[in-house]
Amino acid sequence: MFDLERWQEIFDTIRKNKLRTFLTGLSVASGIFILVILLGFGQGMRNGIEQEFKEDASTSVWVWPGVTSKEYKGLNPGRSIQLVNENYNNATEMFKSDIEYASPRIFVRGVSVNYGKEALIYGVQGISSDFQFIENASISEGRFINYQDEVNVGKVAIIGHKIKTDVFNEVETPIGEFIDISGIPFKVIGVYKEMEDREEERIYIPITTAQKAFNGGNRVNNMSFALPPVENFDQAVAQAINFKNGLREYLQQVHTIAPDDTSAMEVWSAMEEAKRYYGLTNNIKLFFWFVGICTIIAGVVGVSNIMMIVVKERTREIGIRKALGAKPWSIIGMILHEAIFVTAISGFAGLIFSMALLELVGPNIEVDYVLNPSVNFNVAFSTVLVLIVAGTLAGFVPAYRAAKVKVIESLRDE
Amino acid sequence: MIEIKDLHKSYKMGNNSLHVLKGINFKVEEGELVAIMGSSGSGKSTLLNILGMLDELDEGSYTLDGVPIKNLSETKAAQYRNKFLGFIFQSFNLINYKSAAENVALPLYYQKVPRKERQEKAMQYLEKVGLKPWAEHLPNELSGGQKQRVAIARAMAAEPKVLLADEPTGALDSKTSYEVMDLIQKINDEGNTILVVTHEEDIAHMCKRIVHLKDGVIVEDKKVEQVRAEQYV
Repeated sequence: MFDLERWQEIFDTIRKNKLRTFLTGLSVASGIFILVILLGFGQGMRNGIEQEFKEDASTSVWVWPGVTSKEYKGLNPGRSIQLVNENYNNATEMFKSDIEYASPRIFVRGVSVNYGKEALIYGVQGISSDFQFIENASISEGRFINYQDEVNVGKVAIIGHKIKTDVFNEVETPIGEFIDISGIPFKVIGVYKEMEDREEERIYIPITTAQKAFNGGNRVNNMSFALPPVENFDQAVAQAINFKNGLREYLQQVHTIAPDDTSAMEVWSAMEEAKRYYGLTNNIKLFFWFVGICTIIAGVVGVSNIMMIVVKERTREIGIRKALGAKPWSIIGMILHEAIFVTAISGFAGLIFSMALLELVGPNIEVDYVLNPSVNFNVAFSTVLVLIVAGTLAGFVPAYRAAKVKVIESLRDE
Repeated sequence: MIEIKDLHKSYKMGNNSLHVLKGINFKVEEGELVAIMGSSGSGKSTLLNILGMLDELDEGSYTLDGVPIKNLSETKAAQYRNKFLGFIFQSFNLINYKSAAENVALPLYYQKVPRKERQEKAMQYLEKVGLKPWAEHLPNELSGGQKQRVAIARAMAAEPKVLLADEPTGALDSKTSYEVMDLIQKINDEGNTILVVTHEEDIAHMCKRIVHLKDGVIVEDKKVEQVRAEQYV
């Protein structure tokens, strides 16, 4: 391996057989290239899906009441279920130890919203202070609704960042401005940011205000909860499912809903959903690995194919070398040395090229469910090593056979 | 230098066995220039292959420069070939992607001679065959006669005990053939032992001794008055 003379001999051969070397190298480099890109996108999709789930707290659980679809205890199907404050209070009390954050929510309907002379067409929702953490909203200006606002039935509002850019573009900050909701002035006290624009098109006011000022009574449209984070993913999923089932059971009982009537009381857990997506991304990842490994195998077959042709093409040369005193192992060594060298160089070239491409293009990809495709360098590096080893083995058989061929046979006139 | 006793060689062709050499006894002294003649199928190439350790004998003994050649491993055979023998082939057998100088230097590579020394020696032998100006040319840029001269330089470069030439003029026109023979004679004049396989009478008469092979046995072995090739050049 460290025989300088051998290296010189090999460089000579490579220099004088550029096309052959180039083709061998190309098949190796493209194999690695495709594998790295595929793995990169597998990771990208995983990242993208993780990102999608960051919109809400990953442990959030949402309750959406609906319409009963089954007859139960003498009650007709088709009943609309309406949650009330009591349900929310009891639920939070019952599952106190399981819940980290909880917030009821009410959609304020049939109101007109104005800012100065401008009519705003954004939805108004009454929520409590914990909602910020459940929605994973970040505050860019001012503050979120707090407990004090709820107790005092404060006439305060939080707007999404998109509303700020759409409506409040003439003032320096919307904080301190007043918006008019059905004739009642609300002071803007904060601006929140979300991952997606459509979630920034809401005006939040304290739920107490929403109920009292806009005929909400004690009604609640939906409830949301966030469970405390757990380190282990499976435990988190189990916890979420456990909580979800308990909560549903309670709500079905108080509203006299058949236990198997899913449409009347929908309880949705982000964790459970995430598990499904994680399963999906794992499958995608597996698939990409499979395709990648097939690509590598194709690369190895390509290399061994080329090696066989190379050896065939060089049969005469090998015969001449043997006649001049080359030992069998020096022939095998020469062919393998060249194969390893070419495979290694082109393998790493493919690696560097594909990783550079991922590095450069990756962060600029803006497609849903694909985010920052990247690949673990160690994985890519070991793949190249595997390819080199496989290429060597693939080259060994024809090289060994060539070295064993009798000189007179290889020198026989073409 | 070369001593062969009762040499037999046969080839298996399916169920039949083809007895090619049927008991050859043959001796070559140092400094001889021997022509091995015979029509095709007479066994002359087989004999040369055995002498060149490219093929193994079935029966009998072969001694080269006092070393018995029998049951050699591939590696040992390669070593002996490199040390004892220089080959000149009918079809030249130069490596086509290597320049003339690199071709000449190749046997020295397998003798583990350092690169610089290899190059110097290669140039020295190319000069000897009159091809120094063509040192950097590839074989396909050379004429047939030039190619054969490169091949001769290559065979000489390893400084072997015996030069084996298999129809060295077979692919050349008569003028070039005489040039090549002239070169071979001059190399012989310096004391090198050379065996030439040929089926051309005039080429054979440019050697000092003619061994006639027919159907696997030596039918005639005579010393001849050497015809110098120089006069035809």
